[in-house]
Amino acid sequence: MNASENGSHVSFLEHKGKYKGILSWLLTTDHKKIALLYLYSIMIFFFVGVILGLLMRIELFKPGETIMDAQTYNGMFTIHGIIMIFIIVIPALPAIFGNFFLPIMIGAKDVAFPKLNLFSWYLFIIGAIFGVLSQFIGEGSPDTGWTFYVPYSAESSTNVIYALVAAFILGFSSILTGLNFIVTMHRMRAPGMGWFRMPLFPWSLYATGWIQVLATPIVGITLLMVIAERVLKIGFFDPALGGDPVLFQHLFWIYSHPAVYIMILPGMGIVTEIFPTFSQKPVFGYTAILFSSLAIAFVGYFVWGHHMFTAGISYGSRWFFSFLTFIVAVPSAIKVFNWISTMYGGSIDLKPPLLYAIFFIFLFMIGGFTGLTLGSVATDVQAHDTAFVVAHFHYIIFGGMGFAFFAGLHYWFPKIFGKMYNNTLAYAGSIVIFIGFNLLYFPQFIIGLQGMPRRYFDYLPQFQTGHQLSTIGGFILFIGLIIMVYNLVYHAKKGAPAPSNPWKGVTLEWQIPSPPSHENFEEIPQIKNHPYFFGESTGNK
Amino acid sequence: MKVPVTNSKNMSVQAIHNERIDSETGKLGMWIFLFTELFLFGGLFLVYAVFRAKYSADFHHAAEELNTFIGTLNTVFLLVSSMTVAMSITAIQKDDKKLALFLVGLTVLLAGLFMMNKYFEWSHKFEFKIYPGSEVLKNLPQGELLFFGLYYMMTGLHALHVLIGMILLLINIVKIKNGTVSSNHYLHLENSGLYWHLVDLIWIFLFPLLYLIT
Repeated sequence: MNASENGSHVSFLEHKGKYKGILSWLLTTDHKKIALLYLYSIMIFFFVGVILGLLMRIELFKPGETIMDAQTYNGMFTIHGIIMIFIIVIPALPAIFGNFFLPIMIGAKDVAFPKLNLFSWYLFIIGAIFGVLSQFIGEGSPDTGWTFYVPYSAESSTNVIYALVAAFILGFSSILTGLNFIVTMHRMRAPGMGWFRMPLFPWSLYATGWIQVLATPIVGITLLMVIAERVLKIGFFDPALGGDPVLFQHLFWIYSHPAVYIMILPGMGIVTEIFPTFSQKPVFGYTAILFSSLAIAFVGYFVWGHHMFTAGISYGSRWFFSFLTFIVAVPSAIKVFNWISTMYGGSIDLKPPLLYAIFFIFLFMIGGFTGLTLGSVATDVQAHDTAFVVAHFHYIIFGGMGFAFFAGLHYWFPKIFGKMYNNTLAYAGSIVIFIGFNLLYFPQFIIGLQGMPRRYFDYLPQFQTGHQLSTIGGFILFIGLIIMVYNLVYHAKKGAPAPSNPWKGVTLEWQIPSPPSHENFEEIPQIKNHPYFFGESTGNK
Repeated sequence: MKVPVTNSKNMSVQAIHNERIDSETGKLGMWIFLFTELFLFGGLFLVYAVFRAKYSADFHHAAEELNTFIGTLNTVFLLVSSMTVAMSITAIQKDDKKLALFLVGLTVLLAGLFMMNKYFEWSHKFEFKIYPGSEVLKNLPQGELLFFGLYYMMTGLHALHVLIGMILLLINIVKIKNGTVSSNHYLHLENSGLYWHLVDLIWIFLFPLLYLIT
């Protein structure tokens, strides 16, 4: 049922609001348009981050100085980290897919606070601009790494303050998004949709929202303290002034470890939507997936110490944090088993979104298992601050969150734009990305275990093969990304019109036209079934 | 939003119903925001606890420098202002616009007195060259240095919240005057009141930690 079949339907993209032209975007309170604002801005910053990463890979192609000096390299990995973490990985999934689909999936017309939603986007943009500016103006780009460890971040003569302010503002934006979603889910579910009839992507956003709300203020105040330390010379963390640098690490990771779950939980939610649809089968273990999301959010608060095994914390706290880290692996494993069981016995249709979701499981598992290597104290002391950590982190974040993002993009693209992309190109892109990704990061596990430190712009000749494979992988990955983005951008305008339910999905977003109308639903739906009820036969409708 | 129009009486019932739902939603959002504020200050309380344990003797000496009288006076101002803002909400519920305006105005006045006191307190310290980065402070023992650092950071962040609260209440005065805040639509005043109670609550913890425990 699209515009041509039903003359009365006007998509949100063509909806005539109070404002015209560019203002109809910049002043919109429609959650779907705000989601697209996030999508476009995040894509731009993503490519800035990708190019910084690629430049670092070129530098590491040969030992010694290749295209940049050590200080430039320090700036690059810092800004690459800040952009990727604070501007892309943390906000992307909730802000893009959460904004677009959360209200639709729970049968609401908008989020609870539409104006606050737009305000969050403006905060995001201001924060992002500060982040990018810090690279280019003043005293030179910050060189502390995205973790801002003191005392160096209090002493470095570079633009650390810009980066701190950027992270603070972006954190505020993230808090407001989380708050908005929690209230939306509490107050605006359609009649008949009890908590246990809510689809699992919203559930993952609910868990994420609480982490955003309860953990982000801690990093906010910590960043303010570092700013106070730089500007007012209050020595909270500087040993010369009586402060304690390890205290900073505690405060920083109290937020930044849960932040890893802000990154990955919505990704897990997205693939949880994809598996039932392309298996035409209810999700296996709905309740188990739901509670594992909440368990990850809860236990995730108590594992921050595993970042600090070599920072001189006590023996007791080391085994305690190590133990809890292993506990977090349990709910993650529950999810993996449930996704695979969902596919078991289903009528599997290997469309591009499902292919991405399967890549997600594969890469997430490599990332997860190497996480256990780092979570046990004895092996972590060996692997700490090596390329092994870099590889692990990218497998979880890029292989996990990144691939879930691509999966979601291919899954919901027809709904968002009302157009179909080219399947062949989508397969080609996903496979090239997958190959490039593994070639880029897998060698780093090996050279990391052999002793290649992270954040070094130079290395011993024995690591050269690994680094060169990795750089080649980086270029293959980049080509894959270009194919994917070309396919999506081109077909967003020129693609064939998409039916309202191209994948035979059963959640609410597939029951309305593509793209949805301004108000999402002509009338608020009554929910009578479990969210993944595929009916007696095909389950379509 | 579509409201089923059957007759005018029914419609007003529907409108009141929507109003109630909006107000519940708005309040829930405010409560969650207040949680984040508690965590923001929570980070500072944590740092205070760590350094208090590490340098208890220095903290003892430094805390004696603070003027308990001014602190107590400020506590009284804030406690009374919390009462007046709560009363203003009852007043607006009873549709007593004049009284509500008076009570919100009184709250802002008390907040202003608090800030004035704070100004004198800080400038008094500045006269003795006790401010972050000063020479006098640098020569103090490390614990005292940290105490004053925390003192300025905590009371400074709190004062910023007092200022924001004052602005919110001033906006309410305008809104009560032009009728946007009224007996059946007072969410804005209620949320500002909640925020103001938070400001008060934080101070209730700051006051003993900085002024009373020596």
